[in-house]
Amino acid sequence: MTMGAVGSSAPFTHSPISVQATMRTVLAALAPATLFNLYLFGWPAILLFTVTIASCVTAEAISLGLADRPVWPRLSDGSAVLTGWLLAMSLPPWAPWWTGALGAVFAIPLAKHAFGGLGQNLFNPAMVARVALLVSFPVVMTAWVVPHPLFAAGSPGLAEGWAITFGGQMPDAVTAASALGFVKTELSRGIPVAQSLPQVPDLMDMTLGLRAGSLGETSLVLILAGGLFLMARRIISWHIPAGMLGALCAMATLFHAMDPDRYASGVFHLTSGAAFLGAFFIATDYVTSPVSKSGQLAFGIGVGILTWVIRTFAGYPEGVAFAVLLMNSLTPIIDQYSRPRRFGRNRQGEPLPQKGAR
Amino acid sequence: MIRHLFPVRGGVHPAYRKDQTSERAVLPLPMPAMLYIPLQQHVGQAAEVLVSIGERVRKGQMIARCSGSVSAPQHAPTSGHIRDIAEVTAPHASGLAQTTIVLEPDGADEWAVLPEPIADPFAVDPQLIRERVAKAGVVGMGGAVFPAAVKLDLGTRYKIDTLVINGAECEPYVTCDDRTMREHPQEVIDGARIIARVLGATRIVVGVERNKPQAIEALTRAAAAYPGVEVVGVPAQYPMGYAHELILATTGRETPAGKRTAEVGVVAYNCSTARAVDQAVRLGRPLITRVVTVSGGAIREPKNVECPIGARVGDLVAFCGGFTSPPAHLVNGGPMMGQPLPNLEVPVVKGTAGILALTRSETNARPEEPCIRCGTCVSACPVGLVPVELAALIRRDDLKTAARLGVGDCIGCGSCAWVCPSQIPLVQYFNYANGMLWNQEQQERKNARVKALAEAHARRVEKAAAAKRAAQSGRKPAASPAAPRAASEETGRKAAATEEAGS
Repeated sequence: MTMGAVGSSAPFTHSPISVQATMRTVLAALAPATLFNLYLFGWPAILLFTVTIASCVTAEAISLGLADRPVWPRLSDGSAVLTGWLLAMSLPPWAPWWTGALGAVFAIPLAKHAFGGLGQNLFNPAMVARVALLVSFPVVMTAWVVPHPLFAAGSPGLAEGWAITFGGQMPDAVTAASALGFVKTELSRGIPVAQSLPQVPDLMDMTLGLRAGSLGETSLVLILAGGLFLMARRIISWHIPAGMLGALCAMATLFHAMDPDRYASGVFHLTSGAAFLGAFFIATDYVTSPVSKSGQLAFGIGVGILTWVIRTFAGYPEGVAFAVLLMNSLTPIIDQYSRPRRFGRNRQGEPLPQKGAR
Repeated sequence: MIRHLFPVRGGVHPAYRKDQTSERAVLPLPMPAMLYIPLQQHVGQAAEVLVSIGERVRKGQMIARCSGSVSAPQHAPTSGHIRDIAEVTAPHASGLAQTTIVLEPDGADEWAVLPEPIADPFAVDPQLIRERVAKAGVVGMGGAVFPAAVKLDLGTRYKIDTLVINGAECEPYVTCDDRTMREHPQEVIDGARIIARVLGATRIVVGVERNKPQAIEALTRAAAAYPGVEVVGVPAQYPMGYAHELILATTGRETPAGKRTAEVGVVAYNCSTARAVDQAVRLGRPLITRVVTVSGGAIREPKNVECPIGARVGDLVAFCGGFTSPPAHLVNGGPMMGQPLPNLEVPVVKGTAGILALTRSETNARPEEPCIRCGTCVSACPVGLVPVELAALIRRDDLKTAARLGVGDCIGCGSCAWVCPSQIPLVQYFNYANGMLWNQEQQERKNARVKALAEAHARRVEKAAAAKRAAQSGRKPAASPAAPRAASEETGRKAAATEEAGS
């Protein structure tokens, strides 16, 4: 009597956590912040969110088909939905539909499948798409709006929302600068940070998310809750978020102390832009971040420092996406230099010194 | 007892499922109709047969003796007649056969004359105990199956101060050590004290995973009278039972790579091995039975069975009520590091801790998916390897780099493969790489030897030619020396080519 699968070998038991389960958990962690922001920015945001995810899933299916890979098993891993979701969260909430659709083309076939598909890409697909859109369409990609909660007075209904997303009929009166953009513009006009800062939404509004910003980045409380949930479920560890937020805050605080008129404070940097979304959901992307914990910490610190540098000295008010992509390119090198010490060996890989025989 | 433990790297927490058997007392297996006792149940040389077909043997009689310095004898688990000495499929994944003594029990279960019990093992010459353990055929019962007596010699070559008794039993399902520690704590502690005395160790640390509180309690009580013996609860974290890991956790000493634990003054013995040593010394009894955990979702009544060496797996399965459903996997050992069993006809040997019949649903097996570089394998590896990187290197056959990054340090514990959300068979990658690297090394060694032989041959030919020339030059002027050298090089190359072709 012969039993068992031929060629099978240990282990004969496996962790219940699959790729699909991991992706599902990340989506669940994103859901509260996303739903709140969809409510805050109303119908145009809901339509753009839907278009972006649908485009990414379609692009994934076509790419898999072209690459002669099994479409349904790969599609069901949820990675395309997650990419679309994160891309949508990084778009201006009332941006036209084609930003999501074009973003999907950048993200899925170019940033992911050109490199070999799931797990093979060097750069974070959602951030490649966001950056490509930003440098190509700077006006559209920085047309922020103040919150217009669903069903509130002045909020666009479904028909108006449809016109905004699909008709390109952006009402002029509603646009607003993001806090980062405002401070940067004022600074370029010679107005010191100390004077412009009191005009941005206060700390409470920034924390709750009642401010202009990308579709999914504004609610720090809910993003933090999602991030902590992912840590509790051991999907991510503290290394990248703490490294990134810590470095960003440290750099900003240090320079703010030296020249408060030129440099914004650490708290301002932490609460504005995509710092939280980036720290918990974007920089932590498995595929494009280092595999060891020490490498992840170095990666996070790098993203934090670069974000501050770009925000402070570069032409763009926000730097998270650029910082993540730059650090993505360093991931292979970080991986090489952050291998754990092996059992019974020193850091150089040589056996530990012997005590010697009797 | 609150005691400081030292941190160990990595590890995973598989579903333990030990409760299927842990609360049931060990039951003896009714004597099977036939026993199949392989000559090789241990690391080292196979034993040499001492009996002939048709001969009657008695229980505990040596039927095969040690052969060479690393070996162990085999004994008859009961009285009966030798029916055959034949090639029988071994309990190994290869399904290959090995020489096996077939014994038909006669039901009398009549003991042979056993060696005299050693009344006071703490007073006699340690060499006497070593000889007794060697004669009793005791081998490491935790799975390493290294002859126990050979390890007892380490005290003469190293300064050993600590004996670690391994009661971690970190493999899921398996509870044979747990039951042994609960049911025979005195024998385990006494055996440990005997081993420590032979090694010259003054301290004994018994490490038991904290998921076995009754075993810890029983051992603590048994050890209370002896000040040098500590029973330590260690975290239930696979692979805590890996000796290097347990030694690090309990003593803080890290064994240098590629070295014995004796280098850091520690020797480890499995708790069931300690009991076997105790029985050999105190009762003169050889190792003829062992406790085997028969468990898994496809077994009707999971049990711990005290089973004569040589009983067939099928006998144990039948004793446990047979299968409820056809098992997806039949495993020899635990689910993390066990070997697939070729069939139910193979015998239980001294290293068989568990027989598991697993259903598909309890393995969580899914089709393999692409690596998403999540890095959980890096966190899980107790050795500090980067499995994701090694697997990528091996996949593109860059074995040299994989070797430089430590694939040879892999202990095959399977933590990485267990935790992998894409279920990539990482251990198989590493086993493949290590097998290939071993072959390459053998080949290189062989080539070097052939080269050395060819060169030596060339030198001899040259020397002979020179001597001839010298002899000739005595009579007439010398000829050109170039021709014989070219000829000798040609011969050397030919010799090398022939040797290689023959390999």
